[in-house]
Amino acid sequence: MMERYYQPEIECAPYEKIREIQSEKLVNQVRHVWENVPHYRKKMEEKGVTPDDIKSVDDLHKLPFLSKADLRETYPDGLLAVPRDEVVRIHSTSGTTGKRVIAYYTQHDIDLWDDCCARAITAAGGTKEDVCQVSYGFGLFTGGAGLNGGSHKVGCMTVPISSGNTDRQIMFIKDLQATILCCTPSYAAYLGERMQELGYGPDDIPLKAGIFGAEAWSEEMRHSIEKTMGIKAFDIYGLTELSGPGVAFECSEQKGMHVNEDHFIVEIIDPETEEVLPEGSQGELVFTAVDKEAFPMIRYRTRDICRVSREKCSCGRTLIRMDKPMGRSDDMLIIRGVNVFPSEIETVLLNNGYAANYQIVVDRVNNTDTLDVQVEMTPEMFNDNLGEVENRQKKLSDDLKSMLGIKAKVSLVAPKTIARSEGKAVRVIDKRKI
Amino acid sequence: MSVQQISVFLENRPGTLKKMTGVLAANKIDLRATSVAETKDFGIARLIVDDAMAAVNTLKENDFVASLTPVLAIEIPDEAGGLDKLLEIFADAEVNIEYMYAFPGGKLIDKALMIFRVADTKAAEARLTSKGLKSLTQEDISQI
Repeated sequence: MMERYYQPEIECAPYEKIREIQSEKLVNQVRHVWENVPHYRKKMEEKGVTPDDIKSVDDLHKLPFLSKADLRETYPDGLLAVPRDEVVRIHSTSGTTGKRVIAYYTQHDIDLWDDCCARAITAAGGTKEDVCQVSYGFGLFTGGAGLNGGSHKVGCMTVPISSGNTDRQIMFIKDLQATILCCTPSYAAYLGERMQELGYGPDDIPLKAGIFGAEAWSEEMRHSIEKTMGIKAFDIYGLTELSGPGVAFECSEQKGMHVNEDHFIVEIIDPETEEVLPEGSQGELVFTAVDKEAFPMIRYRTRDICRVSREKCSCGRTLIRMDKPMGRSDDMLIIRGVNVFPSEIETVLLNNGYAANYQIVVDRVNNTDTLDVQVEMTPEMFNDNLGEVENRQKKLSDDLKSMLGIKAKVSLVAPKTIARSEGKAVRVIDKRKI
Repeated sequence: MSVQQISVFLENRPGTLKKMTGVLAANKIDLRATSVAETKDFGIARLIVDDAMAAVNTLKENDFVASLTPVLAIEIPDEAGGLDKLLEIFADAEVNIEYMYAFPGGKLIDKALMIFRVADTKAAEARLTSKGLKSLTQEDISQI
């Protein structure tokens, strides 16, 4: 198959040209945040750097980092860089008021994001002849909106079905002859399984490609999905803070994801020393969104650990490639594509009168992530009435669902059965074999 | 007079019940009656013992969540229709029973003891007494 590009003038541009674009945009972006976002200005002043010090990408390292803590501190709109009436949409990550991130978009920001997703769809072989079924969730979550916008740009017939209702998903794939499926890899695997149960082999399924992201998945999982559905499965990477899916995308080579460098400058740093590491080193991914207007991110620490490489890709793209992130450098969990912080679970437990001693067990059953929150029974929460204890258990489970956005099972365990730790508590047991 | 029942939280795992009885045995607590109520996730053991305070303290010292619950202990003749007659009185007195369980009368030959958990123990007791029914005291239980 001949490789297709959505914006070949960027995707296949010589690195020098990309650097030129990046430098020009960076200089403007730094001035933009300096003038419009007091938080950035304060951080830059603290570091003794002004927009005049930033003349090209080479000066990027002079700028202060931005972390999740900055986002929390400035919630809900302390990092908004344009007047509110310029904003056309927001998206949000899951989380408590304290941890939630509200990302703002101008029409320009939506357009560039849609372009990024269009590049991903085109790299997966998508054209205007395709039928693209977007089975990511729609709403505050960026998955549905991002791929939906990208699919429109490519000109695919877009099926904005959102997630869930598996049999209906399969019916639409069959009846509308969908050729591209966009969803989380775990949901793709589940869909594949259900298709098998219904007796559909790879030849009965019209799909030819899948674009799967928002959670970690392995090569084994890729092969299994590809075999079951008879498709080629492509990875896609993104963060709500940076816009959503499409920050980086996989090409037909399936060897790492090309970063959309004209919009996002990538750096790899040592998470401890914050020192910038040379290409090829493993470290924390740091992104600078150089042309987002409403919600610019300068040197945003993603907490994702990975490696990048500028090695030539046989697909023809010159955009730098990043590996699948190997893990998070803090304790955030991605469960069914949703960001879950153990501290959010802690808040719910405390609000419900339970002790903060708990354990979170994450597993993958039938290709779907499961979350089990084990809490110790306390004298305060105990009652001789079975129904009463069950009601409290149910309330806790409901509160967790509304806080996290995903279903959590609550297991009540005997006091002192959850291991205590001298140092940092082991709160999370992740049994998922990815 | 009501008696104190000990309610113990039991995690749904093999060996939990044994751990509880082990603790009670080591502290020479004599069980008069036991009952276990369970959901699919956890259970509650209900115990009538010779020394309720000692038992509850011992259990707490050994990391069990245990509480005292007032229940009515009533003696009935160990014969066909014994419970039926008793429950007739409960019905007449309009006492709603949350749960009940039975145990043999021990030294009281030919007797059985019924344990009742009701919503309002004191009110129920008053109504049952007015129907001529007498419930056992903590002392009675210790003596059995």
